[in-house]
Amino acid sequence: MAKMTLEELKKLRETKKRELEKREVTGKDIEITVGMATCGIAAGAKQTLSAFLNELEAQNLSNVVVRQTGCMGYCYAEPTVEIRMPGMPDIIYGKVDPETAVKIVRKHILGKVLINDHILDKPAADIMKK
Amino acid sequence: MAFKNYVLVCGGTACQSSKSEEIYKNFISELEAAGIKEDVQVVITGCFGFCEKGPIVKVLPDESFYVEVKPTDAKEIVAEHLVKGRPVKRLLYQGEETKKHAKVEDIAFYQKQFRIVLRNCGVINPEDIYEYIARDGYAALEKVLFEMTPDQVIQELKVSGLRGRGGAGFPTWLKWNFTKQVNDSPKYIVCNADEGDPGAYMDRSTLEGDPHSILEAMTIAGKTVGANKGYIYIRAEYPLAIHRLEIAIKQARELGLLGKDILVSGFDFDIEIRLGAGAFVCGEETALLASIEGERGMPRPRPPFPAVKGLWQKPTVINNVETWANIPVIILRGGAWFANIGTEKSKGTKVFALTGKIRNSGLVEVPMGTTLREIIYDIGGGIINGKKFKAIQTGGPSGGVITAEYLDTPIDYENLQKLGSIMGSGGMIVMDEDDCMVDIAKFYLGFTVDESCGKCAPCRVGGRQLLNYLDKISKGKATRDDLVKMKQIGAAMKRASLCGLGQTAPNPVLSTLTYFEKEYLAHVDDKTCPAGKCKGLIIYSILPEKCIGCGLCARRCPVNCITGEKRQPHVIDQSTCIKCGECYSVCKFGAVMRK
Repeated sequence: MAKMTLEELKKLRETKKRELEKREVTGKDIEITVGMATCGIAAGAKQTLSAFLNELEAQNLSNVVVRQTGCMGYCYAEPTVEIRMPGMPDIIYGKVDPETAVKIVRKHILGKVLINDHILDKPAADIMKK
Repeated sequence: MAFKNYVLVCGGTACQSSKSEEIYKNFISELEAAGIKEDVQVVITGCFGFCEKGPIVKVLPDESFYVEVKPTDAKEIVAEHLVKGRPVKRLLYQGEETKKHAKVEDIAFYQKQFRIVLRNCGVINPEDIYEYIARDGYAALEKVLFEMTPDQVIQELKVSGLRGRGGAGFPTWLKWNFTKQVNDSPKYIVCNADEGDPGAYMDRSTLEGDPHSILEAMTIAGKTVGANKGYIYIRAEYPLAIHRLEIAIKQARELGLLGKDILVSGFDFDIEIRLGAGAFVCGEETALLASIEGERGMPRPRPPFPAVKGLWQKPTVINNVETWANIPVIILRGGAWFANIGTEKSKGTKVFALTGKIRNSGLVEVPMGTTLREIIYDIGGGIINGKKFKAIQTGGPSGGVITAEYLDTPIDYENLQKLGSIMGSGGMIVMDEDDCMVDIAKFYLGFTVDESCGKCAPCRVGGRQLLNYLDKISKGKATRDDLVKMKQIGAAMKRASLCGLGQTAPNPVLSTLTYFEKEYLAHVDDKTCPAGKCKGLIIYSILPEKCIGCGLCARRCPVNCITGEKRQPHVIDQSTCIKCGECYSVCKFGAVMRK
């Protein structure tokens, strides 16, 4: 650590803010949920999850929460990923390898265009929500 | 590499004493064993405030709020939640209200809170300056150093309406302005961290959870009034807070946020920690200053006020920890934003340490004007064991009790004073029907009598006399005349004592006398203690017709004063009974009587 000038402090704050924002959940309106059950992990969901996190960082997107969940039921199409965001229908994508994950971030989230050949379904209604 | 999950482990003193450090270490080793060390960041944070349910562990981004976590639970959380993505349900907080596993935002404890002072507690790692900086840390200092004039800073404080959180509620801007206007040098900045009220730990938690906010605020004050040196006076029995302050000061110096030429602005400011030996009177500002100077901690008459002649007879701004913690937010968000919160005369929020017979004891921060009922029932979850609320004690040994009929009073400095109590530093002790008011008054007065420095007679002699009367009452030897004399002594102490300690010491006695006169009279006239607390007035005896001679009470009695043959009624020897009540609580047949 070295003594800083005003500009250096401001720059440092921006970098650190982005790091810390990843931890926060409130105020983020885009949600990526990766199915991380045994079937998903066997099909490479861990790599998919990392690909999402790395691409979000590369694109400097801070309003996205990446969650992990259990089996979504599409064991034949793992890894499965659910995307919820304003302005787009809720979508479940199947067979999401790291490459597709990058595509989802760039096209679906940033470009607001569906990736047709990976669409599986839309999420079932959540009975826990009234 | 980005993290997939974050584990926040509470590192406040309360959670550390129930082994949160071990929990942290176990998480690190379990994550390593599971091979996902790179994917999960484990952070020790400041106090979450929900101390009743500690140790607290929060997992993000799932927002799982784990409570009462044991070191051995780390393994299960890692294996189930972090590896397989299945939260460990048995450890999740269960809301009383919903009976389902709650996320943080569903917990009633946090619903009515508004966290300004505790904004970073439970959110960041207090030992990492970068995390503080990421939460707009030192941005207020930037503003003060490069964009604002000292007058603008004071104007902003004036607009904010911030008043001293140490208890007296003196306008902060006025204090700063006095010191700024004095033509003398050097000037000093002091942080009063000598928190001493029984049951209060607001300042400790703020220092433990967010030490940089205090350093930043003191530096801002230094720039505003023209001081280059600051002292933090903290009691030695707060080792964790001291440790984190030391780390914070070191990190700030390394980054050039303390020391010479801060951020190349030409302004110098440095901070030194001074440890107190834990004398209650040193929380009084003039006694505190004497203690920093190396003198015996005794108050001196004011004026002159420390703002004009303080440390080493030089102008000194002295504020309490909680006051300091508000400053950076006021500078960043503006005084008008702050003034929007709270009541007409008391702005902003107040942190309270909620303890006693309350379900969710812990640290709560609420806007001024919140009612006691909201704090006790909505946030605190009500009285434990479904007992009846009797009174709440605010302001520690300097405060008084507030009864059920005043529970809907909005809390601010003036309202509490009208009720015969004070805001104080923020201790709140809830009492139920089993608490005896004479006993409570005796406890608090005993504390101040012990802590009196002895310099002035009203406090030294008056306190002792008052305590003698209380002792007489609790033994059933007092008369109604004594009650009158107590009121006289109390009034004299209030007017004639030198400092706040003596002036407020009779408060617990006078306020209980006002609100619970009947209870005092029961002790004086009927020689009984309705709550069954005053040992001199109760007698335990065994009803022969109900006693089956099981001998349980005799085995439990710590002084072996219960005798009797098997299956025959037992007898308590009154000459050796210490009235601990153990026999009363263990008897399954209601054969032990308390009178």
